Amino acid sequence: MELAKQYRGPQELGTSLMELRELACRLRQMALQTIFDGGSGHPGGSLSAADLVAGLYFHELRLDPENPHWPDRDRFILSKGHACPILYAALALRGFFALDLLKTLRRTGSILQGHPDMLKTPGVEINTGSLGLGISSGVGMALGLRQQGKSARVYVLMGDGEQNEGSVWEAAMFSAHHRLDNLVGIIDCNKIQAENFTAQIMNLEPLADKWRSFGWHVRDIDGHDLDQILDAFREARHMAGKPTCIIAHTIKGKGVSFMENQPQWHGSAAPNAGELALALAELEAAKEGGQ
Amino acid sequence: MNHPSHQSLREAFGLHLVEVGKKHPQVLVLDADLAGGTHTYHFRDTFPDRFIQCGVAEQNMMGVAAGLATTGFIPLVTTFGVFASLRALEQARSLIGYGNLNVKIIGAHPGVDTGPDGASHQAIEDLSIFRAIPNYTVISPFDAREMEQALDAVIQHQGPVYMRTGRSPLPIVEYFSRPSFQIGKGLVLRPGRDLAILATGIMVHRALEASDRLKTEGLEAMVVNLSTLKPIDAKLIAKCAQATGAVVTAEDHTMYGGLGSAVAEVLAQRAPCPMEMVAIQDCFGGSGDPEELACQYELTADDIIRAGRRVLARKPPAARQSVH
Repeated sequence: MELAKQYRGPQELGTSLMELRELACRLRQMALQTIFDGGSGHPGGSLSAADLVAGLYFHELRLDPENPHWPDRDRFILSKGHACPILYAALALRGFFALDLLKTLRRTGSILQGHPDMLKTPGVEINTGSLGLGISSGVGMALGLRQQGKSARVYVLMGDGEQNEGSVWEAAMFSAHHRLDNLVGIIDCNKIQAENFTAQIMNLEPLADKWRSFGWHVRDIDGHDLDQILDAFREARHMAGKPTCIIAHTIKGKGVSFMENQPQWHGSAAPNAGELALALAELEAAKEGGQ
Repeated sequence: MNHPSHQSLREAFGLHLVEVGKKHPQVLVLDADLAGGTHTYHFRDTFPDRFIQCGVAEQNMMGVAAGLATTGFIPLVTTFGVFASLRALEQARSLIGYGNLNVKIIGAHPGVDTGPDGASHQAIEDLSIFRAIPNYTVISPFDAREMEQALDAVIQHQGPVYMRTGRSPLPIVEYFSRPSFQIGKGLVLRPGRDLAILATGIMVHRALEASDRLKTEGLEAMVVNLSTLKPIDAKLIAKCAQATGAVVTAEDHTMYGGLGSAVAEVLAQRAPCPMEMVAIQDCFGGSGDPEELACQYELTADDIIRAGRRVLARKPPAARQSVH
């Protein structure tokens, strides 16, 4: 509750790297608790995206939780909508809605749907869940904001499995053609999709070359290193005339040793009470250990 | 100004879109390399900065429109109805419909009236598809003037809309004074007590012809234009059924899920009466001259008259006598 207050405000928060690392652990804990309370969800992809989401919501994005429709806000789209427990945790912590609503995830009548719903959840910018849709709508937002002369920026977080969708590449072509330098595509490259490793389901490599050849500025980073994450955002802000794609190499299930790199934790698995306790303890230790 | 007696709906749409653009600066037009076919080139040439070329990539175009709508613009997605309703349908459903976003989808080349391009380019399922998606308003105007009025109403309306245009030049129906267009309101174009022909789009003209010819046989066929398929004018449909006891629907669209289905849903629940449907049977269209295709797919005034005779034969004898 104290945190929720502390992190309100439309300006950059000036959160330190150490605070961000701790926040990422906290978001992971909240997401797992939320999935446990909801009875199902997607733990693996929520955990892999936690550092990216922490960097966005507690450093990069200009937002006003008191006024979620503030026209000049930056936009974040979770195109890999199944990872919404991590998004809901960040939104709650930033004060978009009460923290205790998190336990209603996926329940009948909840504002927290199994996949993001812009009409039900304050702070959700567009409906996602079906893969390959978020990037196109982000492109539309970037175009609209530019047309209005606004400096607001658009960040779209995709999955690596999502790169299978053809519509992603339609959007990639369009954004480069229209020189949308206020658009940042982030790929949470955790190497695992619904049924198996991405390399087994549908080979994506060379992924960076693909985006580069579509006309994007591409940067490969360690998606769990907040220093690199923030630096990539900074670089994207200074990139003129082309959109930026940040390929964030991550570990599915990151932070919970028994979930890491295990395809069975993609979803819609909830940890049982024992697993949850173990996971929360491990993340608590990481928080205290400074990473 | 000299008004033509005939004009295609796509031409009326394209020309009026420029007027709409002058009045509403928040209107943007999205094109997937079909400005010649959809007639959005007038808008493109007048407002190049508000015309967004998406390339032949309809799924992305639909998603871009959704994003633009969230920033306060009124995006018009323009392409052939078959691509809008099929290729880019999930974006139209899950982004625009589910999000209740203010996007207007304009589908050109409806029905077999599309002609020589053949089945791949003829939208014959578009009305049923968009009717099935929550939050959508579905409109199919019948003449050039109504297209202009409908376009104005569509821009004023808050929420997703699918609207058909049309390829063939069609007569512009003369009125003493043209009634105003209201989304969701059907219009009685001709009174009649023996049967009611409820039609949409190009079929309204054929319904009027059928009614004229039935009159020479002493039969009075009411003609109703149902340009809004959703929300359907249930009150008017029930009234027509009660007044005539026999209904024929007419649409250049598959018999499943379009106007005939919408009317049947109303009749079955509110005012059951014999009903016949003039529509494309469960088959694909094909290439050809639009008028010849209308014959082949049984969408002519003759077909409406035949359906009228069938429905009259099914009227209960008491009702049949009471009308004369």
